[in-house]
Amino acid sequence: MDETSPGWWGVPLAVLAGAIRVSTPFLFVSLGECLTEKSGRINLGLEGTLVMGAMSGYAVAYGTGSPWLGVLVAGLAGTGFGILHAAVCSLERVNDIAVGIALMLLGTGLAFFLGKPYIQPQAPQLPSIDFGWWSTSQQVRSALQVNALFLIGAVLAPLLVWGLRNTRWGMVLRIVGESAEAARAMGYPVNRVRLFATAAGGFLAGVGGSFLSLHYPGSWNERLSSGQGITAVALVIFARWDPVLCFWASLLFGGAGALGPALQAVGVTQGYYLFNAAPYVLTLAIMIATSSARHRLAGAPAELSVTR
Amino acid sequence: MVDRLRLSRRSVLKTVTAAGGLSALGAGLPWTPALAKDLVIGFVYVGPRDDFGYNQAHAEGAAAVKLMPGVKVLEEEKVPETVDVEKTMESMINLDGASLLFPTSFGYFDPHVLKEAKKHKGLAFLHCGGLWTKGKHPDNVGSYFGYIDEAQYLSGIVAGYASKTKKLGFVAAKPIPQVLRNINSFTLGARSVDPSITTAVIFTGDWSMPVKEAEATNSLIAQGVDVVTCHVDSPKVIVETAEKRGIYVTGYHANQAKLAPNGYLTGAEWNWAKVYTDYVKMVQGGIKPPNLVRGGLKEGIVKTSPYGAAVSDKARNHADDVKGQFMAGSFVVYKGPLKDNKGNIVIAAGTEHGQTDIALESMNWLVEGVVGSIA
Amino acid sequence: MTAILVPVAALAASLALFGAFVALIGVSPLDVYQLMYTGAFGSWFSWQNTLTRAAPLILTALCTALPAQLGLVVIGGEGALVLGALAAAATGLALEGAPAPVVVPAMGLAAMAAGALLIGGAGALRHGRGVNETISSLLLSYIAIAVLNHMVEGPLKDPASLNKPSTAPLADDYTIGTLPGMDVHWGLVVGVVCALAAWVLMRRTTFGFAARMVGGNPRAARMAGLPVGRLLIVTTALAGAMAGLAGMVEVAAVHGRANASLVAGYGSTGILVAFLARQNPLAVIPVAILFGGIGASGGLLQRRLGLPDASVLVLQGIIFVTLLASEGLHGRVRLPRLAKQPQEA
Repeated sequence: MDETSPGWWGVPLAVLAGAIRVSTPFLFVSLGECLTEKSGRINLGLEGTLVMGAMSGYAVAYGTGSPWLGVLVAGLAGTGFGILHAAVCSLERVNDIAVGIALMLLGTGLAFFLGKPYIQPQAPQLPSIDFGWWSTSQQVRSALQVNALFLIGAVLAPLLVWGLRNTRWGMVLRIVGESAEAARAMGYPVNRVRLFATAAGGFLAGVGGSFLSLHYPGSWNERLSSGQGITAVALVIFARWDPVLCFWASLLFGGAGALGPALQAVGVTQGYYLFNAAPYVLTLAIMIATSSARHRLAGAPAELSVTR
Repeated sequence: MVDRLRLSRRSVLKTVTAAGGLSALGAGLPWTPALAKDLVIGFVYVGPRDDFGYNQAHAEGAAAVKLMPGVKVLEEEKVPETVDVEKTMESMINLDGASLLFPTSFGYFDPHVLKEAKKHKGLAFLHCGGLWTKGKHPDNVGSYFGYIDEAQYLSGIVAGYASKTKKLGFVAAKPIPQVLRNINSFTLGARSVDPSITTAVIFTGDWSMPVKEAEATNSLIAQGVDVVTCHVDSPKVIVETAEKRGIYVTGYHANQAKLAPNGYLTGAEWNWAKVYTDYVKMVQGGIKPPNLVRGGLKEGIVKTSPYGAAVSDKARNHADDVKGQFMAGSFVVYKGPLKDNKGNIVIAAGTEHGQTDIALESMNWLVEGVVGSIA
Repeated sequence: MTAILVPVAALAASLALFGAFVALIGVSPLDVYQLMYTGAFGSWFSWQNTLTRAAPLILTALCTALPAQLGLVVIGGEGALVLGALAAAATGLALEGAPAPVVVPAMGLAAMAAGALLIGGAGALRHGRGVNETISSLLLSYIAIAVLNHMVEGPLKDPASLNKPSTAPLADDYTIGTLPGMDVHWGLVVGVVCALAAWVLMRRTTFGFAARMVGGNPRAARMAGLPVGRLLIVTTALAGAMAGLAGMVEVAAVHGRANASLVAGYGSTGILVAFLARQNPLAVIPVAILFGGIGASGGLLQRRLGLPDASVLVLQGIIFVTLLASEGLHGRVRLPRLAKQPQEA
């Protein structure tokens, strides 16, 4: 084996590198969704938010030359969708799952509609930080080219865990998610808390979208997301509503997505459709294994419709 | 009414261009009623027509037709290969008076184009990629396609010279004959430079999967590949990823040079303008278009991107020499003895398959030197 | 009365919003409305175009509307459709040579069984393990699409299908043709009959009464001794069977074989149709026709006004959001209550 070819050793390396590259959108969407769900509401519309964030972030980065401004605008676009979700859900008898599906459609539709002029141009990209300077291996070095957003996400996860446990805000959020009635009795504005939680969740999902268009794969087009937003929502259940577990689950999903191409690169080309479906099978298997008909999932907010 | 609309559309175009958008929303001009004598031509695309790839190549052809006198061009993008395409063509015929249709995706052919052709016997349906067979398919159907693998062979030569690791990469959508032929020609071109070169291939599974395509490119680079090419609908992500990682890339479908100013070597491009304007001239002149149109570099249906700065003189000379032979019609890519990558002889010694040989259009093997297998 | 008025008002409001949206980018809303009417209902041709597109939507909408009676949100119609299509094609090929009156119903049954297995599976998981049916049906749908792709490019691939990997084509007499006197395939009739049957089942039988009781209050239903689990599994299986049948119709009336083109988004549009029809199987028919019409006119908007193809998605999204908001704003109207009620202990 010559030095340029890591061969089979390249597979775990590529999966690790892929996990870091591919996981960031999963991470941001799942952290956002985690917040929203902790307040007792599910937002399935984050797929649309993700796509909208990708488009608006790219458009703004292209127009202004500043990718970070793009990230901000993507987040704000996501916030807008979050507020819309929360506003419609706060009406009587409206089902949050249905609103999510509607916003998924509206978000992708608007992004495709408005995004047409941005398929062609190249927008400035978010920079990476080089953590692999110590290595002589080109493969290791490129695997450790880590984007700042990934790091922000990695820091945000434990921060959220801490915040949910130890701050007044976190406690109010959890009370609202556990029992709207109790929260009302204690004088907390249930709908407003949920509005904040959904808006914040939308912000994070929008930022996750901007990572897709502004870093990896780093281009805007209509097939960019291919269901990552909706997968991330499932991932929250998988991660038991724990932000730190969301982080690890995102890495796992990213790595699972990288496994197919990595195996093919060393010559295993059979059954790639089935490899590509691996994350879905994994999620379903874990949901089946850990759910129970008798009691709700551990860690699940009691107000959450999907866990009942 | 229409004039006012056009004005407003133009002002939109202008604002968007001012904001920097290359092509405005839809980029379509407003509808003006066709004059009675105008030939109304409908183009149907399977994806967005500004994708830097397959659909854009066709839309550029349609744009050339628009400049011709006495024609009116209708375009519809992102039309799925279902009853949608049948109804889209019927709608162009019934509501807008189209009499010449170009459904540009391979998947439209059977059964959709065939069905519509039987329904509308007086109109011409010219389809990209299909293989019209006398007696089996209606006479008002034509199929056209180009031997773009000739250009891929030239890309392979250039890649062969550029590669230091002697490992090339190919990101492909699906293991279908058109794709396999490109992979094989690219590999044969490279191995004509150095027989120790190998091409690793990754199938993403679908025509447009940006994240998978980027991941595939990165995985190839992780295995030491230093030149990649592809056959997917939109090569933009692959070309950009290669450029970011500092390796070489050869393009596909359209010219992607400006996406990778350092690493872009050359590329295999379509020249549909030639095919479409020829067809339209025939129809306007009252000549029935031929049912089967095929051609490569010589016929001007495919072309190569200008060489990038990184292409050495030696590579240029070699590729230009072979290109000259293609233009003269004397070069044969598929000649025996040729082995597949499992060691079986696929073309016996002494056998030659010229480009026009229909046998090549059902290719189901990967040539020796390709790392990968067909599911 | 309000049951009709509210969605109609929501629809009108959506059209107004969409008009305002296109006006923002400089296109006249009046032109848009006029072209939408021309493209969808303006001529006999347009009607046929609309009805053809509506056919699969009726069946995929039932895949969401039936479980909704029990308070479930199922969004896996796309997967059930493709799996049904695959089963139908495989059956047609396996039985090749047998008489069409045997094979065609067999294809239909196989497709329904495949769809039933998928969505019924989601129902069983919900009942047996408490797995949320929305997420599981979606995941199962993704997996079903992967299976379709794998099968048509692997074990079931016809070597002659070359550049469009497909199963072998069905024999001509196993395909279903168009209705007499019009250019719309029999799938429309299949859809309408199924919708009527679903309505009768849910509104005129004890099964339907029991199912809706579960949807209204599962705890009370269980205390009344209703077999909640059986109702749940049977209803989801029926729902899947509807979408599976849509797949069979696509194979037998449109494609003549199974391949990746079957993944065309009918499942997701079906969800929308079901919600706009307020989960009423009968109302699914006109709403599917309406959405068929939106699809049929989309091309005209592209060709004549230069609007992007995504206009249709935007309009659908606006309709959906407006409709949901109108449900909430209008106090006296009630939807079948979806998933918001506590589960039995």
